[in-house]
Amino acid sequence: MKIAAARPANPAWERHRKRLLPYAYLSPTLTLLAVLTFIPIATVFLYSLVDNVIITRTPPVFVGLDNYVDVLTDRKFGGALRNTLYLAIASVIGHFILGLSFALLLNTRLIGAFPKALFRAIYILPWVFTASIIAILWRLLLNPHGVVNFLLIELGLTSQRIEWLSDRSVALQAVTFINIWAGYPFYMVSFLAGLQGIPDDLYEAAKVDGANGWQLFRFITLPQLKPIILSLAMLDFIWTTHQFTLIWMTTGGGPIRSTEVLSTFTYKAAFRSNEFSIASTLAMIILALSTIVAIFYVRNQRMTDE
Amino acid sequence: MKKHLIGLLVIAVLLIGAGGAVAQDVTLEFQQWWAPELPEGSFRALMDEFEAANPGITVELLSGPYSTTRDQIVAGAATGTMADVVGLDGAWVNDFVKQGALSDLSERMMEAGFDDSELAAQIQLDGSTWMIPVVNFIYPVFVNVDLLEAAGVMPPSTRAEFAAAAAALTDPDNNVYGWALPLSLEQPNGVQNDVMSWVWASGGSMMKDGLPNLVGNDLLADTMEYIKGLYDAGVIAPGAFSMREQDKVEEFVNGRVAMVINTLAHFNLIRDRNPDLNFDITALPAVEGYDGPRGLPYATWGIGIGSNSEHQAEAWKLVEFLMSESANSKLSSIANAFPGNVNSKPDFIETDPLFEKAFDVFQTGYLANEFTGLPVAEELMALFDEPLQLYLAGDLSLDEFLEIAQDEWMDKFE
Repeated sequence: MKIAAARPANPAWERHRKRLLPYAYLSPTLTLLAVLTFIPIATVFLYSLVDNVIITRTPPVFVGLDNYVDVLTDRKFGGALRNTLYLAIASVIGHFILGLSFALLLNTRLIGAFPKALFRAIYILPWVFTASIIAILWRLLLNPHGVVNFLLIELGLTSQRIEWLSDRSVALQAVTFINIWAGYPFYMVSFLAGLQGIPDDLYEAAKVDGANGWQLFRFITLPQLKPIILSLAMLDFIWTTHQFTLIWMTTGGGPIRSTEVLSTFTYKAAFRSNEFSIASTLAMIILALSTIVAIFYVRNQRMTDE
Repeated sequence: MKKHLIGLLVIAVLLIGAGGAVAQDVTLEFQQWWAPELPEGSFRALMDEFEAANPGITVELLSGPYSTTRDQIVAGAATGTMADVVGLDGAWVNDFVKQGALSDLSERMMEAGFDDSELAAQIQLDGSTWMIPVVNFIYPVFVNVDLLEAAGVMPPSTRAEFAAAAAALTDPDNNVYGWALPLSLEQPNGVQNDVMSWVWASGGSMMKDGLPNLVGNDLLADTMEYIKGLYDAGVIAPGAFSMREQDKVEEFVNGRVAMVINTLAHFNLIRDRNPDLNFDITALPAVEGYDGPRGLPYATWGIGIGSNSEHQAEAWKLVEFLMSESANSKLSSIANAFPGNVNSKPDFIETDPLFEKAFDVFQTGYLANEFTGLPVAEELMALFDEPLQLYLAGDLSLDEFLEIAQDEWMDKFE
């Protein structure tokens, strides 16, 4: 029996193979990233540099940064940006307060396992609903003839029906409240996991030193949760600046643009005004704003890892 | 040998025949929002009838809600994947023609030798037809008969009667209001159906020589003042600035609003939601002294052919079928709509007294929807909606409101 001797490998080819092999492993991910992220972003960027695309028969004309100038000098854009920042900042604060409060309640040793599980299920419910269900639900609750006004009037807190989603003075606060209600469970679950990971030794040592409840919270709980708080706040800020469905289905950006945010403004530019280049410009501006926050997020993650 | 040759010849002929048959088979994609709004399976049955009459043509229905159909057609036209036949709203036509997404139906009719005298209407731009209304839904005033009787008022015929009736019907302590005005910016079609309809009902217009005519238009200004009067009198249901069409219907169904301007398409919905509701319909009130024909706002299920379709002739056959006297009668019957073929007769007119009345309203008036065919029609409604809300809230004068709306509209016509 003859056994063929292994052919000696070509050293040059081996070197190439070793150098290319990692890229071959990465190629499925790179292909997906290119198709789903890089190519669409590049296309939208190119759209933002021409006079108009899609709903037009004339070939697009290169206009440089004119669309960016038009958008940034449009007072409607300024209003939408302000509303977006209000919504995002108020939502992050509201999510933090509600999420941490409920997490602390669920982490207590004062109640048994069953009621704890029951409350956990109840508190997490808003997270289970889709944005469209939440919008329908709150439209009904905040209807001038709805349950919220009924309770407020019965409790003597107001004498007349408040038009929560139709009154310019309260509509933005109303949709912000809905957004806070819809999103706090994510914070709650994350904080609960964080709280359960804080060693008891720290609390016991602090108690021996005479620390009271507030001092335990201020000097042990909060610092221990800091990495989670920062990560959640930055992610939430980015997500909320992209919030569309909830705003669209509750107020459509009205009344009189009082709840107009960047996402609804962009949608209207594209699908109502057929100005797809302006919509692309808005999309690029939102991308730039989100990227700034994302850079802080990545830096924070790196520092946490180190 | 000879036997073998004959056998081979027979097989070859059969194969060529089969190949020919396969080559002739055409599948038409038909994108629309109609099927979900009709009794289940009824629209498919109509398509089966078409397929039986046109062997070799199969219709694949691409059905979805109205709200997403336009976006899908825009995306389809941009990527060259638009369906062969598409359901259209008159408000979209201008944009799609601008995009080059629609086929010229005048050419299709000429190629097929089609006589268009049976068509009740055609939506034309630049002298060509781009959309044909298949069925129409008019918007009369729906009144809650029980509430009207309790308040001792008759269905109104003039604006003054309507204002008096709305005041008599409004009872905030019992959550009842005279009228509902949906002005949501998410669905600004309230501007078309519930605001401009008052102008059209008195024979007025918002356009002049193809351009917006909002400033210096006395009838339009009077109408806006009239609506502001109703708003200030507190006879309009609260929540108007974020109210949508479906909210308006819901308020009427629940007996919280006594009068609404509403589409006949909601007849069955209202009856299903509240079988005990005693309601009637009447024509939209006109200004005092006006005795001309009343313009009726209407919504349309229109049809068009995608310019990218490789089966233009087959697509036209489907359009022709739906516009035929028989198929159009059937479709208008199951949709509770008025036909797009002048010779078609829906069966509900004889079986339902309310529809009979609606048909009278339809015949004594004329279809009026000036937004049909305008550029970015939905955006025009939203651009009118915003200053209207400011005017109603008292933040703008009438002149300021109309000037802002006129300027915003003119921008879209440049």
